[in-house]
Amino acid sequence: MGGGIGLEHFLVLSLIVFMLGMFCVLTRRNAIGILMGVELILNSANINYLAFAFYGGGKYDGQIFAIFVIMLAAAEAVIGLAVVLAIYQNFRTIDVGATENLSG
Amino acid sequence: MFETVIFYALAALTVGSASIVAFSRNIVYSTFALLGAFMGVVGIYILLAADFVAMVQLLVYVGGILVLTIFAVMLTQGIGDVTISNRSVGTVPAILTAAIAGGVMLYAIAHTRWHQVAVHITAPTTYGIGNAFLGEYVLPFEVASLVLLAALIGAIVISRHEARE
Repeated sequence: MGGGIGLEHFLVLSLIVFMLGMFCVLTRRNAIGILMGVELILNSANINYLAFAFYGGGKYDGQIFAIFVIMLAAAEAVIGLAVVLAIYQNFRTIDVGATENLSG
Repeated sequence: MFETVIFYALAALTVGSASIVAFSRNIVYSTFALLGAFMGVVGIYILLAADFVAMVQLLVYVGGILVLTIFAVMLTQGIGDVTISNRSVGTVPAILTAAIAGGVMLYAIAHTRWHQVAVHITAPTTYGIGNAFLGEYVLPFEVASLVLLAALIGAIVISRHEARE
């Protein structure tokens, strides 16, 4: 398995995925696009957890945390998409720049 | 050597798909590229000897979240119109922010002496994970079920059509 590769490779891969997700969150005006960026960021965090669990030897704590992160990501996606659909029903758009009824 | 080739193939799949997710101007392309990113991450998990987490990722992300996202994209009209904008936060500040954050973390990764153990677990992990969930982590495990229940009810309440008189 991945023992011959080195921890830093996984960390750099996770970093690249994190940066792409961050860019996605910052530039998208489509609310669903922002949620997809959040999913990318959570995936990169999970890669880190599992890499540290693997290279830290024999403990399962990292994998447990990864499962919790996946569970919370599922809950977040469900609530987020429900909110997006509710916004769409009210505004007929999911452009986050157009839903500014509450801005002062 | 073989592992290195597989790692770079999976990393290329993940990063390429994630780039399409981040840079594509069409939200439908982004959604379907998310599939490639999730599958690449599943392969990375298997490479890290986390078989159970990889299967959970496959079931929850690909089978659940991705299908839900595709439904949400299809249920909202005008999906071709909403593209990357320069109005609220432009591309240049976003690239700068991501580059600064990435540079700081890259510096931290390169200049830290990581404590690595030579022994790697390659046995199936389900036994240990099950014991941990019903032993040390039983309270977070139960709280997680409450969170999922709250999310379920909340999603129904938020997204349901109100009959207006």
